[in-house]
Parts: sequence; C-alpha cells; structure tokens
Amino acid sequence: MRPHTITAGVVVRTVLLALAALVFLVPLYWFVSAALKPSEDIYVWPLHWLPSRIDFGNFVQAWQAAPFGRYLINSAGVTVLGTALKVVLAVLTAYAFAYLPFPGKKWLFLIMLGALMVPGHVTLLINYITVGRLGLVNTYAGLILPGVASAFGTFLLRQHFLNIAPEVLEAAEVDGAGHVRRLINFVVPMSAPALVTVTLLAVIDEWNGFIWPLIVTNSDAMRTVPVGLLFLKANEGVDDWGAIMAGTVLVILPMLVLFLVARRFIVAGLAGTAVSR
Amino acid sequence: MISPTTTFVGLENYTDLFSDPGFGKVLSLTLIWVVVIVVGAGGLGLGLAVLLASRAYGRGLVSTVSFAPHVLSGAAIAAIWLFIFDPNYGLSRAAFEAVGAASPAWTTSTTWALPALLIVSVWKSVGFVALIYLAGLQAIPRDVKEAALLDGAGAWRSFWNVTFPLLSPTTFFVLVTSVISAFQSFDVIAMMTSGGPGGATTTLSWYIYDQGFRNFDAGYAAAGGMVMFVILIVVTAVQLRFVERRVHY
Repeated sequence: MRPHTITAGVVVRTVLLALAALVFLVPLYWFVSAALKPSEDIYVWPLHWLPSRIDFGNFVQAWQAAPFGRYLINSAGVTVLGTALKVVLAVLTAYAFAYLPFPGKKWLFLIMLGALMVPGHVTLLINYITVGRLGLVNTYAGLILPGVASAFGTFLLRQHFLNIAPEVLEAAEVDGAGHVRRLINFVVPMSAPALVTVTLLAVIDEWNGFIWPLIVTNSDAMRTVPVGLLFLKANEGVDDWGAIMAGTVLVILPMLVLFLVARRFIVAGLAGTAVSR
Repeated sequence: MISPTTTFVGLENYTDLFSDPGFGKVLSLTLIWVVVIVVGAGGLGLGLAVLLASRAYGRGLVSTVSFAPHVLSGAAIAAIWLFIFDPNYGLSRAAFEAVGAASPAWTTSTTWALPALLIVSVWKSVGFVALIYLAGLQAIPRDVKEAALLDGAGAWRSFWNVTFPLLSPTTFFVLVTSVISAFQSFDVIAMMTSGGPGGATTTLSWYIYDQGFRNFDAGYAAAGGMVMFVILIVVTAVQLRFVERRVHY
C-alpha cells in the first residue's frame, strides 16, 4: 500500500518514521564503526563519525584478550546441538499430543505447558543444583540439556499438526504407513513453514542465551560468545572500546544476518502466535 | 559452593528475606523497573505500530530496524549502550554538549544508572511490541474503522473509542509477555552495572543471581525465586480476570 497522494499527514508521519529509524540505526552504526576504528578515532573529542581508516586491529586485540575462537566453537556447538534436540523433541511431543490417543491427554498437555512456562529465572537455582549433582557443570550436556524442552515449539507445532486434513493421514494409514512414516513423509513436510519458524527461534535463543551459560560454565574452554563478551568487558574495562565493540560484532553479526535473511519466518511466527492466542 | 547436606529450616529463609530492609528496596525497585518498561515499551510500541499501519514512506525499513534488537543478544546490546553512555567518548557526551550540558556518568551514578538501564530495555523491546500491535491493527476489518470515521468521530476519538478497545486481546498478550520478560531482565543489568552502584539497579532478577551465585546463599536465592514465581502467577491471574471482562473479541 504505497501512498497515492502526498498529504501533510503523509509528510508528518514519514518524518516521524525517519526519526524512529535513526533511533535504531545510529546506535548500530556507532558500534559497528567503532569496531573498525583505530583507537585514535575512538579516544578523541569532538567525536569522529567516520573512521580515518578501516582497522581490523580491534578484532586482533579482542581475540588476544579472550579466546574468541573457542567461544565461537562453543556457541556454534551449543546452537546446533541445542536447536536439533529442541526441534526433534518438540516434533515428537506435538505429534503425540495431536494424533495419539492416550488417557489424560488433555491434562498432561496442560501440565506440560504449565511446567514449561514457569519463568526460567525461577528454576535457575534448582536446575543448577540438578546439573551439578549429575556432574554436568562446565560440559556441553550441562549447557544444552536444561533448555531442550520448548513450550513455544510444542504448542505451535501441535496447532499446525491439528490443522492438517485428517484424510491425508487416514489415506496414508490405509496404505500401511505407520506412525514413523506418517510423521516423516506427511506431517513434517506439510508443516515446513512452522518447523522453519520453530527452528529459527530456537537458533536465536540458543545463540543469545546468557544467564544459564554464565552460571553453568566456569572456564574459558566452555564459555559461549555472549558470556565471553562479559569477561572481555570485565578485563578490558572502558580502556578499550574498540576491542569490546569488535567482540560485540562477533556476538551480533550471525543473528543479524539470520534475521535479515529469514525475517519473514521469524516475524510470522511471533506475530502469528500472538494473534491466535 | 552449595552445601551437599540439607537442613530443614521451615520458613526461615522467607522470614529472613522479608525482615531484611534491603529486600524491600529490591522489591520496590523491581516494581519501578517493570512498570516503566511495560508502560514505556507498550506506549511507544503502540505509537510506532499506528505509524507503521498508516500511509507513509519507509515503513518496511523502520519495522525491520526496530524489530532487530529483539532477536539480538541482550548482553551485546548492553555493551553497545555502555559505550554510548560513556561520558567521555560516547554519543551521550555529544548529545548533552549539543544542549550545553555535561553528560552524566550514567552507569556509575546512583541517580542515572537506573534510567540508563531502562532506556536500553525499552529500546530493545519497542520493536517487538510494535510488531505485535501492527498484526493486531491489520486484523481489524477496514469497514469497522471506516464506519467510525463516517459517524463523524475524529481520528483521535475513533482510535481510542473503537480501535484501541478492539485491540484489547493484543494489549493483553503484550502485557503478559512484557511483564514476565521485564521481571526476568538480566543480561542488560549484568553487562552494564552488576546491580550497582550501591544496589541502584538490583532488581529481583539480579538479586536472585547475586544471592545464589555470588554470595552462595542458596536459601535466600531460592526464596527470592519463589517470590518471583508467586508474583508472576498473581499478575497473570489478575490480568486473566481483568481481560475476561474487558476484552472485546
């Protein structure tokens, strides 16, 4: 819907939108440019909006001050494994709740959703004690396992599964397809957009996860990038904004790219659930 | 760190917690924190959604850039704003000098630390609220809005008397999700102030972490977690009751 005629209202609203764009773009420009500025462009007044030259020294500096290579490997590992487990578990749970008859299904579903919707901050300590007693502190298993059950994913997928025409699955059943084949050959392909959304949101949550990796890791060998950034800031302080902004780029860039590429699915997932609830 | 043997102490952790004057301060600060974020992000998000639903240029760009912070790491966003708030070399100094003032030392000042963190938290969540409201606005049938305008209601009156009541399911969803997430805000506090200076930014969320994982007092932390749990259940129940009577479907 493009504006047909330019009225005073259109001009006023466009100006307001331009101001809103600046509110979000200026901080992003400020930090990305700082990551690429030599320190003489950062520690100077009046401030330099443009770098005098593009300098990747800040990334070298960040890499030397903290093992970002290791952090990136850990974050990638946690994100891939955590997302895969989360999606598989959500698909299987949603399938059971959508198609399998068993006693107490309605109550089990409500109890499960209720339990998963308890705020993470409330279960923080008890999860830590559990993981500690299992001897999983500072391991990938300890990082990943407490987060693999997803109320959002299970709920969204179950909704989609229930919307699949029952005739399709009945026909498959008549042809002798068991639950596994019905799930893999029919239900999953027919729910592809919902699966993409659940997967993308899981990737974002796993990558950005902060408080749990912070408490469950105790060495650089296991820390993820966002937690590494906290330690970089604590070590470098305000004396090295260039390096801290370079570390920030490493945290933000993968999710920013993912967001720009797959914005449609992410937005559809979030806005869709809000309206249908 | 956390003792392997347990001793049953009844309600001692709770009586200790509630007789601790420091905890009262934490609760009142948490109340301010949640109200400012929910009202601030809710109001600005609704305004932005109305702009995005109207005729204007640049709507695609603004909806993308305003929503982006929602999917980016809170810790990383806090690091960006920490630099912006640097009173010596940050954008804040330029902004204050433009009006002939000196920038406050935001995160190290007991007066300015809380506003600084609130600004960041609102900035991060406005785009999400706007997106949800935009979806709600687009779901309202066009003829309903047109009918209100034909009845002679001005744009302002037709918004508050017709559109906003029709948005009440959306408002309810925004309220519940933003109250729950504001109660649990952690990344921004950890990165910018660690609950300081002098407890000026110690919300219940930071307090639970601080007691459990820095003071190693699991009893206090668990009691704090229960307090948060009870508050969130009560808030959700109240909102559900309220919404049953007021929501127009």
